[in-house]
Amino acid sequence: MSSLFSFKMPEHGFFVTGEPMIYMADVLIVLVTLGIIFVLTYFKKWRWLWDEWLTTVDHKRIGIMYIISALLMLFRGGVDALLMRTQLAWPGLNFLNAQHYDEIFTTHGTIMILFMAMPFIVGLMNVAVPLQIGARDVAFPELNAVSFWLFFAGAMLFNISFVIGGSPDAGWTSYTPLAGNELDPGPGENYYLLGLQIAGIGTLMTGINFLVTIIKMRAPGMTLMKMPLFTWSTLITSVIIIFAFPVLTVALALLTIDRLFGAHFFTVTAGGMPMMWANLFWIWGHPEVYIVILPAFGIFSEVISTFARKRLFGYRAMVYSMVAISALSFIVWLHHFFTMGQGPWINSFFGVSTMLIAIPTGVKVFNWLLTLHKGRIEFTQPMLWALAFIPSFLIGGVTGVMLAAVPADYQYHNSYFLISHFHYVLIGGTVFGCFAGLTYWWPKMFGHKLDERLGKWAFWVFNIGFHLCFIPMYLVGLQGMTRRIYTYPAETGWGPINMVETIGAFIMGIGFLIFCYCVYYSARFGERDVTGDAWDGRTLEWSLSSPAPHYNFAHIPKVEALDAWWHMKKEKGKKKEKPEPYKPIHMPNNTGMPIVMSAFMFVAGFGFVFEWYLLAIGGLIGVLLCMLWRSFNDYDSHHYVSVEEIKKHEMAS
Amino acid sequence: MEQTQHHSPKHHIIGFIWSLLLTFAALWVTLKAPIPVGLRLTIIVILAIFQFVVQLVYFMHISEGDSKVFQIINLLYGIFVAVATVAGSIWIMLYNTM
Repeated sequence: MSSLFSFKMPEHGFFVTGEPMIYMADVLIVLVTLGIIFVLTYFKKWRWLWDEWLTTVDHKRIGIMYIISALLMLFRGGVDALLMRTQLAWPGLNFLNAQHYDEIFTTHGTIMILFMAMPFIVGLMNVAVPLQIGARDVAFPELNAVSFWLFFAGAMLFNISFVIGGSPDAGWTSYTPLAGNELDPGPGENYYLLGLQIAGIGTLMTGINFLVTIIKMRAPGMTLMKMPLFTWSTLITSVIIIFAFPVLTVALALLTIDRLFGAHFFTVTAGGMPMMWANLFWIWGHPEVYIVILPAFGIFSEVISTFARKRLFGYRAMVYSMVAISALSFIVWLHHFFTMGQGPWINSFFGVSTMLIAIPTGVKVFNWLLTLHKGRIEFTQPMLWALAFIPSFLIGGVTGVMLAAVPADYQYHNSYFLISHFHYVLIGGTVFGCFAGLTYWWPKMFGHKLDERLGKWAFWVFNIGFHLCFIPMYLVGLQGMTRRIYTYPAETGWGPINMVETIGAFIMGIGFLIFCYCVYYSARFGERDVTGDAWDGRTLEWSLSSPAPHYNFAHIPKVEALDAWWHMKKEKGKKKEKPEPYKPIHMPNNTGMPIVMSAFMFVAGFGFVFEWYLLAIGGLIGVLLCMLWRSFNDYDSHHYVSVEEIKKHEMAS
Repeated sequence: MEQTQHHSPKHHIIGFIWSLLLTFAALWVTLKAPIPVGLRLTIIVILAIFQFVVQLVYFMHISEGDSKVFQIINLLYGIFVAVATVAGSIWIMLYNTM
């Protein structure tokens, strides 16, 4: 009982102290917050922010909020990366101490995977999938908002750790026993556990939501084999999410119980199994890799087909290979810890299953190449990202097969060779995919194109920086440099190579800044998209005005072929169509419940992080009350868009 | 939601009897059967699997409706993932001595 009412302070104090950079960050956070409050108040935008964005259930707006958050997190994770690269630029530097370096590589990894790649992908799904299948929203619009706000609460909880209480420092994999209470007490690891837990619940809901949306809400005539490939990849990703994320939820909960309430699931003593954490983490972690790469594959398929002006080569093979990947993704997880001492049979099985994944992936690569073959290729920005993806991903994939060879892995594992491998697949695959998707659907989201000249500058600078940063890592890895070391002696001779990597990393940073400037410039001067079909597209989202009206489709389209919109454009004029009259459209109401509930979840999470149980229980009661309130207020949760309003929208476009 | 399926309770009664039989069989094996523990556990697991199938077929309507294909595929996939992770974990955790 006494622990319920205690509000004990962490050993090192509530606020993180002692680092000039942290104080600078404190000042910046306060200034930026004040700045935002001032701007919103001065321009009287609070009402607008609440009504139009914070309470929205419109999938397009939720998608945009996801993407904005992802770009912010890309900035945060990128700054982490640059700090690390600065420390490693030369032997024996003391820019960051060992503890601070540990914290930074932990937050870099966690943020980039869970709070950058995931929301970026989910944001693009939100923007594009309902439009591609001819639906007016996702199956559960309010749940979609809950997903977003839970992700946001989790991300914010994780992000405040570096100024309040201290960052987690046991790596993004958070292996026990290192991450257990005995070796790593204090709020840091708790932030990791609770932040991921809250965001993970949101992701699980997203998976369910999109599975139901795609299965139940496709336009008439759109059979599974007439779905655009991005929709297919989202469907398969949703299934993987539904089966993989519960494992993470359970693993995080068990470790939380270990740390907060003294259980022994993953401890060395009292019959715990520390290795079980690694096992559970990767049962989720490997499918997670496919969760962030498969939608990127889908985006590349759309982009390549659009800008090669050809139907995608081997559509069916593309679908089947994704299905194969989704099954294989669940039987390869051990390759993340080949060296933990399993018998040779186990390692051989997982080594072979890992190499098997290269087959469907290879099929996809050849299909993209053959789609390009004899196409009338147009080098727009999304196409550039897609084309740069193919060789980058190939390098990442081939080194992946090298790592899957178990005996050789004993040499490569934990070295910079591995670091470079997964950055090649994650940046060259997922990040390039996100940028391809973002630039591709930008006109659909905002009604103007991104400036081609600036966008291409951003692309080239980012790309040159990327290869300059990561190709040398393969070399230095083979020379024996291991990951997660904060400095190294000059005798190793790794200094010059590391300097090149650091220069590459900063060039990538410049590329990102050019992209940000491109966004600003295009908003003011970019080419307006008046037709709604900015790229002469093939799928249904391009049949709508840009940005799409909030009800998406005035008439639900009838789909007759793959690449439905391309087919409609071809058929247009051949048969006379008389315009059907508009009917009122049934749409969900905005609601403040998701953001309020997520705020309570944040409070509860914060309470658990500091082991202030009164606060935690208070937060959970708040969450429960929100659910109760929702259960009894389901009667006025929708409205009809009148025919006049539809006419007004449709005339304007 | 229009109910287009048959309304006869026969289907449910068959399912009910099956599930009762399987439950009491499991109870009897646990309490009375004069067999070693290993065999006892094996029989209970097999009975549980049958129980699972009975529940799905007779009460969860797995084989009815417009989206039965999705349900069955999803279920098979779920079983695959469950078996892969549980059996794989046991394999990995029990044989991790070099």
